[in-house]
Amino acid sequence: MSRDKQEQKQPASGITADPQQTHVVHQWKHGSPLIACCFDPQGRYVFTSAEDATVQRWEIPSGKKVDFVGHDSWVRDIAFLPDGETAITVGSDDKMIFWPTAAEKPAPMKTVEAHKGWIRSISVSPDGTLLATGGNDTLVKLWNAADGKLVRELSGHGSNVYSTFFHPSGKFLLSGDLAGEVQQWDVATGKLLRTLDAKALHSYNGGQQVHYGGVRGISLSPDGKHLACCGLHKATNPLGAVNEPLVLLFDWESGKKIHSQVTSGVKGIGWHVAFLADGSLVCASGGSGGGYLLFFKTDSDKDFHKFKLPDTARDLDLHPDGLQLATVHYDRHVRISRMTPKES
Amino acid sequence: MKCKYACGSSDHVIARRQFLGQLAGGAGVAVGGLGVMTRPAVAEKLAREQKRVLVVYMSGGLSQLESWDPKPKTDTGGPFRAIPTSVPGVHISELLPDTAQLMDRLAIIRSIDTHNRDHGKGRYQMTHGRNQMPGASYPHLGAVCAKALEPQNTSELPGHIRVTNGGGGGRSNNAAYLGPKYAAISVGGKPPKNSARHGSLTVEVDELRNSFRRRVNDHFSSRRRTAETDAYTYSYEQALKLMQKRDVFDVSKEPAQDQQRYGKYDFGRHCLLARRLLENGISFVQVSHSNYDTHNENFNFHLEQVGEFDRAFAALITDLDDRGMLDSTLVVVMSEFGRTPKINKYYGRDHWGTAWSVCLGGAKIQPGAAYGKTNKNGTAVIDREVDHGKLFHTYLAAVGLDPTDTFDIGGRPIPLADPSAASIQELLT
Repeated sequence: MSRDKQEQKQPASGITADPQQTHVVHQWKHGSPLIACCFDPQGRYVFTSAEDATVQRWEIPSGKKVDFVGHDSWVRDIAFLPDGETAITVGSDDKMIFWPTAAEKPAPMKTVEAHKGWIRSISVSPDGTLLATGGNDTLVKLWNAADGKLVRELSGHGSNVYSTFFHPSGKFLLSGDLAGEVQQWDVATGKLLRTLDAKALHSYNGGQQVHYGGVRGISLSPDGKHLACCGLHKATNPLGAVNEPLVLLFDWESGKKIHSQVTSGVKGIGWHVAFLADGSLVCASGGSGGGYLLFFKTDSDKDFHKFKLPDTARDLDLHPDGLQLATVHYDRHVRISRMTPKES
Repeated sequence: MKCKYACGSSDHVIARRQFLGQLAGGAGVAVGGLGVMTRPAVAEKLAREQKRVLVVYMSGGLSQLESWDPKPKTDTGGPFRAIPTSVPGVHISELLPDTAQLMDRLAIIRSIDTHNRDHGKGRYQMTHGRNQMPGASYPHLGAVCAKALEPQNTSELPGHIRVTNGGGGGRSNNAAYLGPKYAAISVGGKPPKNSARHGSLTVEVDELRNSFRRRVNDHFSSRRRTAETDAYTYSYEQALKLMQKRDVFDVSKEPAQDQQRYGKYDFGRHCLLARRLLENGISFVQVSHSNYDTHNENFNFHLEQVGEFDRAFAALITDLDDRGMLDSTLVVVMSEFGRTPKINKYYGRDHWGTAWSVCLGGAKIQPGAAYGKTNKNGTAVIDREVDHGKLFHTYLAAVGLDPTDTFDIGGRPIPLADPSAASIQELLT
């Protein structure tokens, strides 16, 4: 999953986010369990994807829904070009589809067979000229956002690529895989610059003979000093969903891990992580312990607040206003939670 | 002078002890199984034809939706697509691209309802052809095949082999009244432990001591022969035969090119060993692949596991076919049950015995068949429902056995399979 613009999201209203005040303000229901979510850059809509292979556009705050039909399988990630007028979805059908974001009756504008194997993540470069995708063919691919042509293939991962993230400078691309490797690529040359060790997010269970975990989400702090990767650890029973969410915090400059951020009493997976404007971060957790928004500071190993969601969460995005969070759930709902005091 | 036993068999008095596991102590007393089928002519015919059975056991419960009965773009279908196979009109999961090309040599049964969601009970049902009942003990399919398919009293190797990761030659206890001779021996790709002649013994010395043992045994047996002394003698003689053929169990003797073709994983190595064992006349080989009990992240785990399975399984079927062995070898890919059509909140699927599938092929199985049908989203069988009893009968019939035949156990006729079930005739050529 990718939400590249999060570090730039600043509340324009002057109101600051207060995680302790988090509460659900909207919940809208689709006909099938939901998988992924993303706000458009203008904040007009939240897009979601579902187990029925469709994408939904939900208008904020009315909740008016429009379905986008075009994929042959589950959509794993959603992104937008910077002006917000083009949505791009990628899925388990190996396809990358370009859509008119606000169209009354949306239809695919362009479809690209982008990977051999699920595409799990898409990111848009800060200037909107490049797209990066990662998939089960262990490849990261760079695409021309204007015409959907392949620019470069980045080969170096040894397992399925789970997440991608453009550095706000536009010079670097980060990609994380099942084995817990985060690779930093030079966008201009395609050269692998360094690999960050997030292997705490992966485990191999010899009894069950399965690899499990992966770098499920990547985000960078607004000051550019901290890189966060989320997923799971303590996977004592991978096939039975017995594991706990984990956020790894790296010092961007040195690439060294500085915190393993955990919470107590919550079983699940950290599906995505986002930095708030004040540099604290939020991770959406979902699994056998239910759904939570977990809040961390960059100077601590423990969460300072957790907000219980009505159902297990599967993805997270931060609204451009920096105050609202979208989460998608198994119970078919997309929920918008607001990190400000409740209005009377 | 040879003693005559009233029952004509020593099966009922065989000691239940380890066979290969006791080679270390040099005191193997197990085995027996000198009984015969009630129709010796049938047994002789089977021996001539050298029928064999290979079971690939998908431990934990393979999802039928991610394998043999995909339902793409339905509420239960999950993210994987269906792909065409070499049989027009038959589609299987995209996770099985290599196997898809071989479906004209295989068959699918898509209409199994075993009325069970318990691992242990399901495993028993599928490998014994009956429901597990307190106080009743029936032989494993492998034991039935080992006894019914092996050349009578001439086998040089055990007839019932289970390939496992840690397999060290130990014998299980799953032959029930057929006797421990037909219980599974676990091997893992290397010759069984302690099956080499001890380094301190020369060939000559070893032959001398065996010769001495035989003389003493013969002298003793000439006047005091019992079932126990026969079993004792037999265990030593079979151990000697196995020692002479210990390389049969050594998968490293296979060409490097084949080892690469079968894949780098344990399952690939185990499939290659299965080929080697079948080529050497073992009647029943079971290979397991683990683990499919995917209550969590069913799709990620099936992606990982079925991908491993597909390559090695397809290589094995191709090789059996190329060697002309598929006509005489029944292959069955089974689990204890399938997985729920409903996708749970952890992207998992749970236990499900109501509408699921197995893949089988070879021997007398109709190539390219797709038997039975489930509804649109796989929640119910809607055509030609079968259960484990019918499947068990069909397996036996596919290798030329009459499932309604009986074993002579201590003078009592005991059915090969559950008498209340019957074979799926449409699936048999």
